Amino acid sequence: MTKKLMKGSEAIGEAAVQAGCHLFFGYPITPQNEIPEYMSMRLPQVGGTFVQAESEVAASNMLYGAAGSGERVMTSSSSPGVSLMAEAISYLAGAELPVVIVNIMRAGPGLGGILPSQNDYLQSTKGMAHGDFRLLVLAPWSVQEAADLVQDAFDLADYYRNPVLILGDGLIGQMMEPVEFAEGREPIKELPPKDWAATGNDGSKPRSVINSLFLDPEELERHNYHLKEKYDRMERDEVRFETSGLDADYDLLVVAYGTVARVCSTAIEELADRGVKVGMVRPVSLFPYPYRAVREAARKAKAVLVVELSMGQMIEDVRLAIEGSKPLHFLNRTGGMLVSPDEVVDKIQAISEGSSQEVVHA
Amino acid sequence: MPETVFSKPQALRDVTTHYCPGCTHGTIHRLIAEVLDELGVRERTVGVAPVGCSVLAYNYFETDFHEASHGRAPAVATGIKRARPDLVVFAYQGDGDLASIGTAEIVHCANRGEKVTVVFVNNAIYGMTGGQMAPTTMPGQVATTCPLGRDVDLSGHPIRVSEMLSTLRTPAFVARTSVHTPLLSVNTKEMLRQAFTYQVEGRCFSLVEILSTCPTNWGIPPAEATEWLEKNMLPYYPLGVFKTPESGSRESMPLER
Amino acid sequence: MQNDVIMAGFGGQGILLIGKILAYAGMHEGKEVSWLPSYGPEMRGGTANCTVVISDRPVGSPVIRSPRAVVAMNLPSLDKFEPDVRPGGLLLINSSLINRKAARDDLTVIEFPANQIANELGNRRGANMVALGVYLGATEAVSLEEVVEVVRETFAAKPGVIEINITALHRGHEIGAACAVGV
Ligand SMILES: Cc1ncc(C[n+]2csc(CCOP(=O)(O)OP(=O)(O)O)c2C)c(N)n1
Ligand code: SF4
Ligand SMILES: [Mg+2]
Repeated sequence: MTKKLMKGSEAIGEAAVQAGCHLFFGYPITPQNEIPEYMSMRLPQVGGTFVQAESEVAASNMLYGAAGSGERVMTSSSSPGVSLMAEAISYLAGAELPVVIVNIMRAGPGLGGILPSQNDYLQSTKGMAHGDFRLLVLAPWSVQEAADLVQDAFDLADYYRNPVLILGDGLIGQMMEPVEFAEGREPIKELPPKDWAATGNDGSKPRSVINSLFLDPEELERHNYHLKEKYDRMERDEVRFETSGLDADYDLLVVAYGTVARVCSTAIEELADRGVKVGMVRPVSLFPYPYRAVREAARKAKAVLVVELSMGQMIEDVRLAIEGSKPLHFLNRTGGMLVSPDEVVDKIQAISEGSSQEVVHA
Repeated sequence: MPETVFSKPQALRDVTTHYCPGCTHGTIHRLIAEVLDELGVRERTVGVAPVGCSVLAYNYFETDFHEASHGRAPAVATGIKRARPDLVVFAYQGDGDLASIGTAEIVHCANRGEKVTVVFVNNAIYGMTGGQMAPTTMPGQVATTCPLGRDVDLSGHPIRVSEMLSTLRTPAFVARTSVHTPLLSVNTKEMLRQAFTYQVEGRCFSLVEILSTCPTNWGIPPAEATEWLEKNMLPYYPLGVFKTPESGSRESMPLER
Repeated sequence: MQNDVIMAGFGGQGILLIGKILAYAGMHEGKEVSWLPSYGPEMRGGTANCTVVISDRPVGSPVIRSPRAVVAMNLPSLDKFEPDVRPGGLLLINSSLINRKAARDDLTVIEFPANQIANELGNRRGANMVALGVYLGATEAVSLEEVVEVVRETFAAKPGVIEINITALHRGHEIGAACAVGV
């Protein structure tokens, strides 16, 4: 198929349609309005349904109903809207419903601003809502990767019967890049039939009840162990990351995800021209996190630099990965400000000259 | 000495607003400010700004303010009024804010009979986010999330908030007005005066729905926007007073034994 | 080899559109491209800008803090972006709407009355196309032929405006080529 120049938001919508998602429930919020707008135009063309819900609370519960009926379904929002969906996401995880949720992050807290941010990392990977549950979280760094990950997300959601979150930032949503959709794409997993869906019962199979309520504590404990077993399998089988420059020698390791990693890669190229050698690990799955890849890559480096558009969220996972074995440095912008390649270059130079302050924890 | 016959109300700050040319949010701000001045309550007024184009209303009024999350202004207003009944509290909300995401809050605020005033600006569109369908968007009206026009089979009919709230039994003042002609602006000011007066007298909840233009997202110049409102919105959203406290009751219905 | 440019002006001047046309043409030539619009509060103020990157290799940062070129279609845009241009870079100034000279002396500066030229060509809304032409002439970022192709596709639904826009492009290209810098 030929390449098309598409906005990230539109590519995300189209990828969902290509993955067989014919139901979309959403509510407008900047900077991802182009996703529901695209779906409102596109879904009727394929016999699908778009509903503008009255709120994100409603949209996320429409998701629950549609997913529980065995259909592929997606919603998208941006930070404040995702917070409103958090309750339903806990129920979706508890009831083991496969859905795809897109968060095009904007700067917070509160109403914050509408410009790009990565300040929902901890919410997405660790603390979305009440209860012991995890989302599979994937973070694209380009429009093409956003499209690819959305398609994979539907397969992963169905395979694990778990919500999958696509975590992008305002840049991913707004920028246009060439995208290609592979024809005749095969699912990346062998997918069992959705015989658990509640679609009416003629007595030929057990009744389906879509539910997250377990009043018997023993039963709920068993359920939580069952969920944990899924998360363990994800940690074993679904870790995704990319590396650059790790084969050669390098003095410094950069860890960054999403569009920030692209800014870092530009900086790293510039430094290479000046003979400064830097390696990079870019986590693509944020849960499960590529702890081992970061740990091993850090071994060869003299120091590790984390670059984020937040006050310091993913850096906690990098700390867990390297366990104090190397000096850790941090470069960040927040509030919708972006890190520029020059800032990354300057920071790396400061680290090599010894003028950058290490991140120290009491 | 020359006599001043026209000046900026004290309750309005001397700043330039961010509203688009031809947008009537600004007119409505001014009318509220005049009423606050004339009732002499500016110093003890606290406003609640919504999420919508008027999110920055706190920059435009010379009163204290809260900025609420999307749709929750009536709950925030309730909190303020319950904490400090002596304050004059008003929420300023758009149609997406009040009639979509915030329907629960407005219904229950009105039903509890909170003695606050809600100014409800109905422009039949989501202005702030770039022209998506609102619960008040007219049938057939094109918006970015209904590119072929609002289809009532899929999205229902536009919600008439004033009519809906006036079905509640709790006493309230509910009126709908418009500001697209000078005469109606005068009427709007009178409605706002009554609404705030009911609150100041401690009598009831009050809501004034004001039809408003959004030339930017309707995609038509300001003058045509006024005509569009008159032709399309007025017939569906009739102006008038829908409820006065006299027509409601705080008496409980007797229980059947 | 990478070309990157920030194009900036009033909303409604067709800035985002010429950025898209440029990116499309780059893509058709087999290059890696990205197009990033400004979004956010400044849109209400009526200004618009976009960043286009055209490269032989996968595009790194789509955000360019020090661009190789800036196309300023109005004064606020010149004031905002002139300081950011890379030393030795290219600065295009629409002198129809900007009544000052460039403040920096380390850049290649091309002044051209885009609106006047467009008006003379009987294409009052074509100032953006003139500017795109100047940029192409000065940089050869992508070939004029490819851009003409994309213009034909872009305006396929309005055949009446295709030729006048191509003329505007050509007119701009001549001006740019006369000062070609190859940045
Ligand atoms: C939880 C949440 N969801 C969505 C948004 C995005 N949002 C901001 S304003 C708005 C709609 C505003 O429309 P309306 O209330 O009609 O006000 P108008 O701009 O038309 O005056 C939306 C959906 C948000 N800020 N928070
Ligand atoms: S977008 Fe519409 S409602 Fe918002 S300021 Fe502009 S005209 Fe007014
Ligand atoms: Mg509105």
